[in-house]
Amino acid sequence: MKQSYQLIVVGGGPAGLASALAAHEAGLSDILIIERDKELGGILNQCIHNGFGLHYFKEELTGPEYAGRFIAMLEGSGIETLTDAMVLEVTPEKEVHFVSGATGYQVVRADAVVLAMGCRERTRGAISIPGTRPAGILTAGAAQRYVNLEGQMVGKRVLILGSGDIGLIMARRMTLEGAKVLACVELMPYSGGLARNIQQCLHDFDIPLYLSHTITEIRGENRVSGAVVAKVDENRRPIPGTEMEFDCDTILLSVGLIPENELSRQAGVGLDGRTKGPAVYENMQTDIPGIFACGNVVHVHDLVDFVTAESQKAGRAAAAYVLEEEKEEGGVLEVRAGDGVTYTVPQRIRPGFAGKGVELSFRPRRIYHECRITVKSGDAQIAAFKREHMAPGEMEKITLPAVLLQKAAQELTVAIEEGAQ
Amino acid sequence: MTSLICIGCPKGCHLEVDEENGFTVKGNACKVGEEYGRTELMNPTRVLTSTVRIEGGLYCRCPVKTNAPVPKKELFNIMRLLDGVTLKAPVRVGDTVLQNVADSGADVVVTKNM
Repeated sequence: MKQSYQLIVVGGGPAGLASALAAHEAGLSDILIIERDKELGGILNQCIHNGFGLHYFKEELTGPEYAGRFIAMLEGSGIETLTDAMVLEVTPEKEVHFVSGATGYQVVRADAVVLAMGCRERTRGAISIPGTRPAGILTAGAAQRYVNLEGQMVGKRVLILGSGDIGLIMARRMTLEGAKVLACVELMPYSGGLARNIQQCLHDFDIPLYLSHTITEIRGENRVSGAVVAKVDENRRPIPGTEMEFDCDTILLSVGLIPENELSRQAGVGLDGRTKGPAVYENMQTDIPGIFACGNVVHVHDLVDFVTAESQKAGRAAAAYVLEEEKEEGGVLEVRAGDGVTYTVPQRIRPGFAGKGVELSFRPRRIYHECRITVKSGDAQIAAFKREHMAPGEMEKITLPAVLLQKAAQELTVAIEEGAQ
Repeated sequence: MTSLICIGCPKGCHLEVDEENGFTVKGNACKVGEEYGRTELMNPTRVLTSTVRIEGGLYCRCPVKTNAPVPKKELFNIMRLLDGVTLKAPVRVGDTVLQNVADSGADVVVTKNM
């Protein structure tokens, strides 16, 4: 085992693969990807449905096909990969501690590190559903792994809580595999999933979607034997008298994803309380020079194509950090989430590093029609973008040209204005 | 008039299809929506993705898909046909698993090297 690398990438999913390949293309020859699962590709391996790659490859691929294309690009690149290896610690000095059956405990030094650990699912514990604690309650992603990789059916009569994309995809998947999906129950008045998935995963199979509803009780001793669902008011409190009983043996939870940042936190990387991921500059660098982050570890994406684009940015920046002399920082603009905006990535922009411009990603707080995204520096509006429709389930992107950023001072505020055309 | 949400891409365009006037489609941002709007009302089709048994792979299931959209009403029939398949590793992306499945004109193909 080598003792040092130009770049170590933590995580071999779509973010890690794209960042390593982009760094290689930008001139780094000495790269190691460390992956904890037994193969590369991350969550894409269990996402056997199609719909991936329309932006990046201009064709519709399944998850394994999308991952496979990047894994194939590794061949002949000289990029080293280590699977079945768990990173335990990343230090601010960029020492990476990891352990694997093949190598034992190792400490390897890197000139730059890319954090690409992805995210994990929120569980029953995170949302506090009352009732007993029987078997048969799984996160949708765990069920997806059992069904698609391990070939294990997880239940016969299924209730799905949460209408995020993984829950919708699993509603279809369980139905095709012979289970009866009784309903999909969503706390919010809108779905967190893509409109196409509501159509092709629920409507196609006549699975009802109950918006503004939640599970108020789970029943069962050893195995789930039923659940009670009630309508909620505008404060998301169950309304007495609206209860419905479902005769289910399985409950799948699709109630959100949390960026997985134990390593980032331990390294002392500054996190953003809203995204739960590292706060990053326009080139995906964290507040520790030479440590970069990309993909779902930074903020949860809807589309892997956008993870790829973001991760390539991080990979190129990591290569520039290793190969080029340090640039003068110049000014830094703090990006603030104004009215209607939950967060922005990046959180900080250095106009001196902006190149032609900076792409900003964010999510709206609610559904908007006929609205404008405004960008202000102090009281002065420097840019506005029209949108016909925005929803929290769909990440928004705007590109701020460098010339506009030069004019801005200290901070930018991104906000949404409705009706103002 | 029938309202549909296009499933051609993540954008999810809201379509209006006029079945009384030659199935003209409105609200689509691209050609995919026009095609989807028309076929959805005349003969709805879907790409089916699933898994089949595999021996000698890292896992016991191999992901597969139909390499073209198949009639929606054949989905469960094709699922039954897939249940009869057992592959042996190694397989490559694109390898044919079932040819012209359910007379749909589409083949079921492997989507992962195993």
